[in-house]
Amino acid sequence: MTNIINPVVVLGGLGLLFGVLLSIASKIFVVEVDPKIEEVLNALPGANCGACGYPGCGGCAAAIAQGKAPVTACTIGGQKVAENVADIMGVNAAQMERNVAVVLCQGDCEKAKDKYIYQGIQDCRVQATLGGGQKECSYGCLGCGTCFDVCEFNAIRMINGIAVINKENCTACNKCVEICPKKIIEMVPYESTAIVKCKSEDLGKLVRGYCSTGCIGCKICVKNCPTEAFSFENNLAWINYEKCINCLVCVEKCPTNAIDNSSIVSEEFAREFAS
Amino acid sequence: MEMSLFAIMVSTILVNNYVFARFLGICPFLGVSNKMETATGMGLAVTFVTTLASIITYIIQNTILNTLGLQYLQTIVFILVIASLVQFVELALKKISPGLYSAMGVFLPLITTNCMVLGVAILNIQEGFTLVQTVTNAVGASIGFFLALILIAALREKMDIADIPEALAGFPITLIAAGLMSIAFTGFAGLV
Repeated sequence: MTNIINPVVVLGGLGLLFGVLLSIASKIFVVEVDPKIEEVLNALPGANCGACGYPGCGGCAAAIAQGKAPVTACTIGGQKVAENVADIMGVNAAQMERNVAVVLCQGDCEKAKDKYIYQGIQDCRVQATLGGGQKECSYGCLGCGTCFDVCEFNAIRMINGIAVINKENCTACNKCVEICPKKIIEMVPYESTAIVKCKSEDLGKLVRGYCSTGCIGCKICVKNCPTEAFSFENNLAWINYEKCINCLVCVEKCPTNAIDNSSIVSEEFAREFAS
Repeated sequence: MEMSLFAIMVSTILVNNYVFARFLGICPFLGVSNKMETATGMGLAVTFVTTLASIITYIIQNTILNTLGLQYLQTIVFILVIASLVQFVELALKKISPGLYSAMGVFLPLITTNCMVLGVAILNIQEGFTLVQTVTNAVGASIGFFLALILIAALREKMDIADIPEALAGFPITLIAAGLMSIAFTGFAGLV
């Protein structure tokens, strides 16, 4: 009889002992987790895309719950998610400003001159290592479509040798901004229409030599802007989107069309995104 | 004559390396060895659990199982011990050292199913080790595992950027490398 009872008692006893020990341990070593973290996590999209800069939605939720990140930290979720998160956190979601990525270069195959003909791997990061890329302008879009490859939201097309972003599809995930070796993709407010689409810090004379649509530093935009939204630094016009009232005077006056009205889309652009 | 502690150490690290000679713990050896960082985390966690588990299983074996003549329950009891221990360590670590806890991350619960931990515990009993020898053996085994994991992780980091034929890229070349490393370790045979 002991042959049966002993193993049952030993195994059962050990199991019970460990069970009790574990439950005691879980009481002793209890780590208080803010219930808000869970709630915020549930409100987030759960895509773990990392666009917020935190490792996954869990990291973002923890940061929001601890007040380290704003309720609008999730750029993908947009206004709706921000409102839900704000409800949980008990604060008002200020109107969330929607940002979109813009390629700050218009130097396509016709407008910008090439320095050499690049025949290597079709990746901007590789091309950029060869003398800064094939364009004579060392600031411009290289056109290999590395941003197009990383975009998961079907918002980028390569048109006539440069990348163009469809702001309707853009979710401001920041992936293209990070991958661009030339750092010419930037976030701008969705509402802004007047955008200086040039990053060349070269002198106007040089710019004129290699690109027909670059900023030549004439400061006409600075002089004509009614709200003084323009500033001039490093031979390049900068626009302060907070001051801009979208009057588009600058777009009209810019002699090289470096300032672009982004609400007007070209036929080719429309065709590309329609397909 | 009893084996000296040094001999046990050298034996488990090099000659009878648990991964290369006894083929235990192959799953984490291949599963978490693609980056040096994760390999280090896993190695640390295994060292911790193996040593603790060896001590506790040794005590249970000698106080309960042997006295009651229940040696045949060894496997199931040891698994029970290891599983509970891992749970306990996870709970304690979360509270005491959140930094270490997040560093070990998912590897801690994974150790429950690491056959090396069970293997070391059972072999300790089979070899008839004393408690001190058991601890030495466990630490040695863990160091051996750590060594194996770091060696393969270093190789795999290099192989990631190497130009490997498509058919062999990824896991096939890792298995070949592991096999070659195992052969290399047979060179230590006869050392102890």
